[in-house]
Amino acid sequence: GWKRGSSFLPGIDVTDTKLSTSAFLLLHQARAERFFRSDHTNNWAVLVCTSRFWFNYRHVANTLSVYRSVKRLGIPDSHIVLMLADDMACNHRNPKPATVFSHKNMELNVYGDDVEVDYRGYEVTVENFLRVLTGRLPPSTPRSKRLLSDDHSNILIYLTGHGGNGFLKFQDSEEISNVELADAFEQMWQKRRYNELLFIIDTCQGASMYERFYSPNLMALASSQVGEDSLSHQPDLAIGVHLMDRYTFYLLEFLEDIHPASQANMNDLFKVCPKSQCVSTPGHRTDLFQRDPGSVLITDFFGSVRKVEITMETINLTPHTETALAYVDQLPVAQIIHQKPKQKDWHPPDGFILGLWTLILLVFFRTYGIKHLKHIF
Amino acid sequence: LSIRPVLSDPEKQRGRSAAVAIAALVIAAGIPLWWKTTETYRAWLPAARIGELEALQLELRVEVEVVFARGTLSPEQQKKVPASRITYESCCKSKSLCLVEADHALHTLTETSCGSVVIYIIPEASALLPQDMRVYVGRSRTALLRSQVASVVGAGLPEVLAALDPQMEQVLQTMSFNHQDVTAALTDRLRPGLSTRDSLADSMRAFKSSPGYEITFSLLNPDPKHHQLHWDVEAALDAYIYPLLHKMAPVANFSVDSQILYYAVLGVNPRYDASASAYTLSADSLAHVINPVEARLGSNAASSNPVLNFLLYVPDSLHSPLIIRNDQKQEVASNAFHSPRWGGIMVYNVDGAYGNDTQFPVDIAIDMSRVMGVFLSQLRLMLGFQQTGAPPGFVLEAAGREGVAEWELDRLLWSRSVENVATASASITSLAQLLDQIANIVINDNIAQQVASAVTALQAAVAELEAGNLALALEHSREAISASERAFFDPSLLHLLYFPDDQKFAIYIPLFLPMCVPILLSLLKIFREVQQHRAEKRAKRD
Repeated sequence: GWKRGSSFLPGIDVTDTKLSTSAFLLLHQARAERFFRSDHTNNWAVLVCTSRFWFNYRHVANTLSVYRSVKRLGIPDSHIVLMLADDMACNHRNPKPATVFSHKNMELNVYGDDVEVDYRGYEVTVENFLRVLTGRLPPSTPRSKRLLSDDHSNILIYLTGHGGNGFLKFQDSEEISNVELADAFEQMWQKRRYNELLFIIDTCQGASMYERFYSPNLMALASSQVGEDSLSHQPDLAIGVHLMDRYTFYLLEFLEDIHPASQANMNDLFKVCPKSQCVSTPGHRTDLFQRDPGSVLITDFFGSVRKVEITMETINLTPHTETALAYVDQLPVAQIIHQKPKQKDWHPPDGFILGLWTLILLVFFRTYGIKHLKHIF
Repeated sequence: LSIRPVLSDPEKQRGRSAAVAIAALVIAAGIPLWWKTTETYRAWLPAARIGELEALQLELRVEVEVVFARGTLSPEQQKKVPASRITYESCCKSKSLCLVEADHALHTLTETSCGSVVIYIIPEASALLPQDMRVYVGRSRTALLRSQVASVVGAGLPEVLAALDPQMEQVLQTMSFNHQDVTAALTDRLRPGLSTRDSLADSMRAFKSSPGYEITFSLLNPDPKHHQLHWDVEAALDAYIYPLLHKMAPVANFSVDSQILYYAVLGVNPRYDASASAYTLSADSLAHVINPVEARLGSNAASSNPVLNFLLYVPDSLHSPLIIRNDQKQEVASNAFHSPRWGGIMVYNVDGAYGNDTQFPVDIAIDMSRVMGVFLSQLRLMLGFQQTGAPPGFVLEAAGREGVAEWELDRLLWSRSVENVATASASITSLAQLLDQIANIVINDNIAQQVASAVTALQAAVAELEAGNLALALEHSREAISASERAFFDPSLLHLLYFPDDQKFAIYIPLFLPMCVPILLSLLKIFREVQQHRAEKRAKRD
């Protein structure tokens, strides 16, 4: 044979060789057009609530309301990793058990009927969160607790809790810094675990958490700038705590108007909760994102609109002759299921105990005299 | 006057030597001990070989055997060609065979190894190929090329081969790989803009290389009261799908299962079209069909492999028949659609099997050959066999029942090997970079071992690709990618040790300061006394 070779240097410009421009390329063009509005084929969501204790009810309600919107718009549970640090619905201080409300007057129960919480209670730690993001989970982790995204996945990450300048508090005992988060995203990018990533954070001084990002295709939104506090919305007098944070409350209101075929884009999302409603100034960061935010649909991240193609080609198969499946001759059950003979409890031989007692009595009377025998008879 | 007996007091002397001894102990033994015990264990990684990986150059080599038929070469040229190549004509020349039989007969003559190609040059006037076709590509790595080279002047073998070069290159681009395929396999690693749009669409549609895949076939019956469906899926899988999966065994492991879902509806309401007297689903509404169904499908929770779902939907009697319309409002012959990296859905209408007044529920046996024909073609697309449009003048033999022709499989193996090599080298280099940057990560022995074996396997794969042994190259590349993934995603590599420098001070100062201050002060005191003593001595001398 003779050698036919090509050389490729990954990461460096490849010189263009002649490309065959045949007619079949044009046929594919029309089909290909529909793909290229966006590059993703599936959607994932990682929703994290980092606070525990009853008075942080609003953080759980925040996360559950985003969970509810994301499910309603089409992302299935198998593609959502929901981490709740505490259980508010079944908390013994909850006057309405099995519910988590987002609005006073108890208009909207965001807990719903089919919530699937993947990480609950004390499982929500910085370590587990970073493990989920980077994929470094122990081999025994079930599928529902993993983020199995690929290079064409769009991921939505929502964090809420108590935060400060450059950190977010987990469980009142540890914190994650913005540098760690940025490094985790970079590791995700190195392994191409996402196509585009939308990061939303609703904490005090939330904008500090996205300051250090440096990986491509990241868009970030925060509920407040550095130095500002994110405020809660309204308390409910019956439940006794603040039900939701302002930013997520208005975000939920905005998302309730979105349906799977909606054409609303990211610029509308940036306008959610202006300073007059939120008191804090929401911020966003789009410099690392390649597409123009005006062309990014809300459903690119919050929903799961699949790309479909009509199947044009089929293969002609001749029906094969049905060979009747013959089952092996069945053995009778008694031969298949070997039963061990039931073990009877061991008893000493018959009369043994009677003989033993007789012996004891005889020895007694022998020792102490036969005259005691009259006491027996 | 009491002279301060500074240096002669034995107790002071003892104190001084004690202080010096403690200081010496702390410095000589304490600091190394502290350093050693707070050091993170980092096993040795082959940094030099990993550095070489960054500038990896791939060379792909295809073994091509060219066989000249009688009548294609002039007698002088024939003398120059080795004799063994003339043996083929004895079987095919006299009979008027059809193409497929000829291809089969030729296939039995030569042993072709994985990745190689045999091209038979047949005379211009041969009747085997139709008039306007120049090339026929058979099912198993052989191609028939119609050409007339006897007319080439200057008759040496190299000139003959040079004259055939452009046509042979076209054949090889169809049968093995071309620039687009390789760029598509490397899309992650190359800069955007280098791949054409439909190679990008192809790469979006097919699954990435993975050690295993799970395939689930589901029958959706929304109307069990009217339809009692029987599908012999086990036999159909044996007959149609498993041959393809067996052939793909060198590429990945497959696990197949099937299920029947009752009362599962599509999420979209079909519209009734009076002109066709059928319910229709337009192309835009198809995108919303999958999500509501997916929640009910379930999956094998034991592995993290990608899942392919193939759904067969039998519409309920109220909404039968249900047809799918494409963008141009035309009916689709297959009545099926697929979603990239997810799977396919086929709608199977059964309203023709019964009339209005039959006793419900009706027993219906599903024609599995028709269903599997659609699923097989969708499966081919999902696994990465591109929709090969034949270049002009080419006849490509359809794969038929076996599911895939051997040269199509070779094409897939080429692009998978390249993809595996690229992904594995990228993983290893980024892991090495990460471990370099973060000095606090512990590198266990098993990670170092995985990295070393990944690097070895990578270099072996590149060597085999250069030599043209595709099967071995694929094996090595699979080893490389599994070792590199295991190393990269090892749970012990968690960087939770982000210590800014001020935190380091905050940790060590409360521990060491109380201990170091007395030592330092006593050393200082000793030093000052020694200096004073020297000064006094000098003063005494003067």
